[in-house]
Amino acid sequence: MMIIASDPLLSSDIGFSVVAIMLLKVVIAFALLMVSVMLVIWFERKIVADMHNRVGPSLAGPWGILQTLADGIKLFFKEDLLPERADRVVFRLAPYLSLVPAFLSFAIVPIGGDFTNGGDGTVSIFGHRTLLQVADPPVGILLFLALSSIAVYGVMLAGWSSGSKYPLLGSVRASAQMISYEAALGLSMATVFLFSGTLSTSGIVSGQATWNWNLVSTGFIPFIIFVIAGTAELNRPPFDLVEAEQELVGGFHTEYSSIRFALFFLAEFMNMITMSAIAVTLFLGGPNGPILIKQIAWVWPILWFFLKVMAFLFTFVWLRATLPRLRYDQLMDLGWKLLIPASLGWFLLIAALNIGEDRGWSTFLIVPIGLIVLSLAALLLNGAIKKAKDSSLHAADLSEISEGVDQ
Amino acid sequence: MALLIYQRETGLKTMSEFLRNWLTVLIFGGVGILLVSVFLGLGSLLRPSRDTPQKRINYESGVDPQGDMWSQANIRYYVFALMFVLFDVEAVFIFPWAARLEVYGLFGLVEMFIFIFILALGLLYAWRKRLLRWV
Repeated sequence: MMIIASDPLLSSDIGFSVVAIMLLKVVIAFALLMVSVMLVIWFERKIVADMHNRVGPSLAGPWGILQTLADGIKLFFKEDLLPERADRVVFRLAPYLSLVPAFLSFAIVPIGGDFTNGGDGTVSIFGHRTLLQVADPPVGILLFLALSSIAVYGVMLAGWSSGSKYPLLGSVRASAQMISYEAALGLSMATVFLFSGTLSTSGIVSGQATWNWNLVSTGFIPFIIFVIAGTAELNRPPFDLVEAEQELVGGFHTEYSSIRFALFFLAEFMNMITMSAIAVTLFLGGPNGPILIKQIAWVWPILWFFLKVMAFLFTFVWLRATLPRLRYDQLMDLGWKLLIPASLGWFLLIAALNIGEDRGWSTFLIVPIGLIVLSLAALLLNGAIKKAKDSSLHAADLSEISEGVDQ
Repeated sequence: MALLIYQRETGLKTMSEFLRNWLTVLIFGGVGILLVSVFLGLGSLLRPSRDTPQKRINYESGVDPQGDMWSQANIRYYVFALMFVLFDVEAVFIFPWAARLEVYGLFGLVEMFIFIFILALGLLYAWRKRLLRWV
């Protein structure tokens, strides 16, 4: 019963070639991440420009594709200012806390490998079989959640150590938002584990090998919750209250300049890529897809993976160009009063369905009963929200009236 | 030197498979730290430094900063941090249960219903006490 999925590369003795493969994978992942961050920033600016009827970056390289590189080089040559009132040690530490977790969480993403038709997703390099991911710890998804929690420290400490007002406000907002939505993010993932039976990413992908993507088997709701919570976790529009320019200048990185500022930017886009990749791994079958030409079979999973991630990245940019920013109370209401109860309720329903299937209960009975119970709970919740809103509105009216009387 | 390498290799051989997986994570994390250090080091070599006292003033929309920055601020959101701890601990209990659903069967399901019910009560309590409201 115990399935501990792990990389076959590391199951045998570790010799020179194994270490070489490990280092090769690290180098490839590093290069892949850096190049894709560069391209994603360009991609976002170009797509948003198109949606705004502008041209966007067009001068550096063909179609402006080297724009990010030019910006990066420019930032290297900018003066680095350390505010007088800043806490020097923490101010310098914060970029590490922000970028290293963002970088590290890419390690668990399987970017290729054929899991279909009984394949175990490994490829052969130098006579060793290995998974196409940097590391495959048995609790991979937990590692991802832990790292995204550490990233909160980066944002929080960056704002706090600046010794300035706007960054402090931005960082407090950011940490409240990120921890609120991380709860919803984790709970929406739990439904996936009901089907995969493991927290290792390669195990989750191989569990979706026969087109039984978790998107469908978990019934769409966890996926929707994951995408909303993920967008909020990334501080992307419409949840970008953290760096709301109209209210907070730049948010937590207002006092950062030069390459330190660029590091926060880099971390943000790395997180965006990783979040898309994790969403693809959890819900959209990861690199699984049809193998069209047998001669180059190893290419197809990688291609499918990148196409799926691209679709996600496009969605994030699309959301940015389409939706207005939420108000802070709306944001907190959405997280605590809608997403967390919904993900918990759906989790219990799916768990009951699975247990029922095992014990041979009639599905025709469980589904309606479960749905009735869920909708009853939703109705109660809705009523409670409405009542709370009415009473708070009422209270506001009363206070206004009493103020009027006072005057 | 050769002895060191030998010791390291034998150390790797006796290491359990579980730990070897984390070794790669560790290497990757090291590369991440290196990346930040190299960027910052390169930046400090390339950038100019013409420091004036004016440049070190905090940004406050162009006017001189008002008041002392390290004054105490009312962090209203700390309640959310407490609630987050509640739900994160909950997730730690839910994940292993979800991964081993079949083993625990109906007994586990009922127990999970009770567990989540109690936590939902906690959330409802915070809601009723108006802690979830943003002021």
